[in-house]
Amino acid sequence: MSDTGIGAAVRRKEDARFLTGRGRYTDDIDRPGQLYAHLVRSPHAHARVAGLDATEAERAPGVVAVLTGAQMAEDGVGSLPCGWLIHNRDGSPMAEPPHPPLAAETVRHVGDAVAVVVAETRTQAKEAAGLVEVDYEDLPAAASIHAAVADGAPLVHDDVGGNVCFDWEIGDEAATEEAFSRADHVVTLDLVNQRLIPNAIEPRVAIGEYDPSSDMTTLYTSSQNPHLIRLLLGAFVMGLPEHKLRVVSPDVGGGFGSKIFHYAEEVVVVWAARRLGRPVKWTATRSESFQTDAHGRDHVSHAELALAADGTFLGLRVDTKANLGAYLSTFGSVVPTYLHGTLFAGCYRTPAIHGRVQAVFTHTVPVDAYRGAGRPEAAFLVERLVDKAATELGMSPVEIRRKNFIDTFPYATPVALEYDSGDYHATLDMALELADYEGFEDRREEARSRGRRRGIGISTFVEACGIAPSSVAGALGARAGLYESGQIRVHPTGSVTVYTGTHSHGQGHETTFAQLVSDHLGVDIDQVEVVHGDSEKSSFGMGTYGSRSLAVGGNAIYKAMEKVVDKGRKIAAHMMEASPDDVEFEKGVFRVVGTDKETSLGDVAMTAYVPHDYPEDLEPGLDETAFYDPANFTFPAGAHVVEVEVDPETGRVELVQVTCADDVGTVVNPMIVDGQMHGGLAQGIGQALFERAVYDESGQLVTGSYMNYTMPRAADLPSFTLGRHTTECTHNPLGVKGVGEVGSIGVPPAVINAVVDALSDLGVTHLDMPATPERVWKTIHAAQA
Amino acid sequence: MPPVTLTVNEKQRTTEVESRTLLVELLRDHLDLTGTHVGCDTSQCGACTVLVDGRSVKSCTILAVDVAGSEVTTIEGIAGPGELHPMQAAFKEHHGLQCGFCTPGMVMGALDLAARSADPSEAEVREWLEGNLCRCTGYHNIVLAVQEGARAMGGAS
Ligand code: FES
Ligand code: FES
Repeated sequence: MSDTGIGAAVRRKEDARFLTGRGRYTDDIDRPGQLYAHLVRSPHAHARVAGLDATEAERAPGVVAVLTGAQMAEDGVGSLPCGWLIHNRDGSPMAEPPHPPLAAETVRHVGDAVAVVVAETRTQAKEAAGLVEVDYEDLPAAASIHAAVADGAPLVHDDVGGNVCFDWEIGDEAATEEAFSRADHVVTLDLVNQRLIPNAIEPRVAIGEYDPSSDMTTLYTSSQNPHLIRLLLGAFVMGLPEHKLRVVSPDVGGGFGSKIFHYAEEVVVVWAARRLGRPVKWTATRSESFQTDAHGRDHVSHAELALAADGTFLGLRVDTKANLGAYLSTFGSVVPTYLHGTLFAGCYRTPAIHGRVQAVFTHTVPVDAYRGAGRPEAAFLVERLVDKAATELGMSPVEIRRKNFIDTFPYATPVALEYDSGDYHATLDMALELADYEGFEDRREEARSRGRRRGIGISTFVEACGIAPSSVAGALGARAGLYESGQIRVHPTGSVTVYTGTHSHGQGHETTFAQLVSDHLGVDIDQVEVVHGDSEKSSFGMGTYGSRSLAVGGNAIYKAMEKVVDKGRKIAAHMMEASPDDVEFEKGVFRVVGTDKETSLGDVAMTAYVPHDYPEDLEPGLDETAFYDPANFTFPAGAHVVEVEVDPETGRVELVQVTCADDVGTVVNPMIVDGQMHGGLAQGIGQALFERAVYDESGQLVTGSYMNYTMPRAADLPSFTLGRHTTECTHNPLGVKGVGEVGSIGVPPAVINAVVDALSDLGVTHLDMPATPERVWKTIHAAQA
Repeated sequence: MPPVTLTVNEKQRTTEVESRTLLVELLRDHLDLTGTHVGCDTSQCGACTVLVDGRSVKSCTILAVDVAGSEVTTIEGIAGPGELHPMQAAFKEHHGLQCGFCTPGMVMGALDLAARSADPSEAEVREWLEGNLCRCTGYHNIVLAVQEGARAMGGAS
């Protein structure tokens, strides 16, 4: 291992600018002549827009225009599209009601926008927005799954009966029936996977700009995937051809899924800038982020596990209702289906599985992918059910897991996936060892002597990253490819620029991808520049989400490097008067096999750009692009062990120890991988103990600020103990799997299993998240009653 | 509009601001010091933390006119060009930042702690950072960075 190659904890290249305040986030950009947008948003969850009077607002100081949903509709601006078409159990397509960027007739959630005020300053726009008079006719709202599926519930979209967007299934229903009929024991569980608000610390920002001389439109946006936004905004919403539309996503302050999607404000600023002939900027306030960033999770499930008397899993049945919010967000439909139902097997050899998911519209902000996206919901359901089964059968949580672990690979699950590699026993062994699982009962006793209930919880989970391949995804309803592009430009003196279609908003791609180049091409890491986030620079890409950047984007870069080496070999052969077949390449040097003749990549690059003495059949230049479409998902897996102490008097849960052993495939930068683990764990623990988005019955967001939405803070969390056991991914050249979501998927069930374990002798058998003191206290008292 | 004179990163600056202009707006919009960030509208994220006369302050909670005559230090002002302050270096060494958005506020807050405590414990650091939200790092590496940065500073600022 070189000290900057694969496996090295290289300190990050991007840190210098972030640490000195020289990062360039979208809100740090101001364009000449720029105006400011403030959106007029509905205070009602459901209302008809009977009238809108902007006369006074238009006269207010600094106001340039007030533009409405009706005007937008007149201009032919389209609906925000959904990227994945789900089919119902009967084969018919899901309902796809329109999602206008500005509502013209009906508002469907608090925060739905009806107009935009554009003014010379931010303050003028905001103040004038208060003068826009909107005549709302308030209508009854259905603000929860429960309310939306009730008889006679108010309809979110008139033509979507019962508010059901789709009714989807996966697996073999008859085989599952049959398995349950043979079962010695059936364990059932009703669970809620609560709604969460992503809360990247940088609020969303968008700037639209139009240059009439070049007829070029530019959107600066805090997005995780600028190329996809260009495709959706250009081709589907605004009708702008791609060669006249540029989308730039500079430094982005965290995403966690919430910045994947194509948002209304991106359309609004572009549309307004083109109408007004001046750049238009919108910066979300945190309150707007709470009300308009897509939320995550929000499932209600009933799950059943059929077992033989010895604890062997026979069948699993899941019935989930998923809240989509008021509109289909970009990937809202795939999260509760193909990112959820496909993970119902977990790490276990359950031979028959059937899952059904009904997705419902409600009068709340759209729900879409949030770190883990569907997989945390599946892992929580499976891992809670397994623990409950162990308790009911009198087995230990370790024993029941080991008995059912998948231990031969490849393994085809009954829910459409084929796991390629893993060693679930090894990760569990490691986690138990690191957590001193053996010694736990002593600690439980010791805590008891202090009046505390101590519990330990395990979660063994698998997840699926880098949705692929495109052909399969397409057959399942994906409306985009799921490949990634990578371009390697070797400059004449041997330095390298890497262009990627992924986007880094904390993941450290500028370092990790440079390490790939340093490792394979032998170029000094300081001589490598990684470029992302600008549709004008990288050829195309699908962006960053679903832990795909290294697994898909990294392998595209690897493929492009192989093309560079291939061409370089021919040039080097010519330079050294040898046959290309006799030239080998290693770490920056081309060598004629079995001789001491060699030449460097730098010399080859110079020859490629100054081709005075050059192979006749070869083009000059050393600049190669590859598109990589993976053959399969990757399957990171791991074991998380959490130890808690509960104060039964107050219900307060203290995290004593969080221990993880994970298999994320080949690790390029262990420092960055650990950092991704830490972040995912904090969000997973946030879900397990603190966070919950609450709408009241009328559809008002009760948890609309940091005062009542509990974000995990430094003092709420412990330091984490991490271990790693690597099995390589078998179908990508780097052997990498992905790590971004592991913590948020694996840890919530371990936390809740630990809390239930702590309270089991008080009669507690289940508890929904978050395990706040109030909920824990009430659960204890209900169990005692 | 009254002109406000204050010292920012050791340079005296006079700017005309409205009486309701916040310090963070003065820094970002008038002085182009965009290293200080805005992450919320309820004074709860700490992304906007700067030093005013050596004390860490959330610059979204204070009016520009109220710091007239004060010395304000932002993330741009703690090290010379091309250099890192020991606290910045510790954040880099311990991977105490990911997206970087909370980072300037974290570093500025940490400087105030380091001036009070040359060798803070993990618990002390976690308590001190109570007002600074980070969604990326899980705080684990921030805590290590702040402890090492404080030790490297040895009670200096
Ligand atoms: S911007 Fe959030 S505390 Fe100042
Ligand atoms: S590094 Fe992203 S919020 Fe802290």
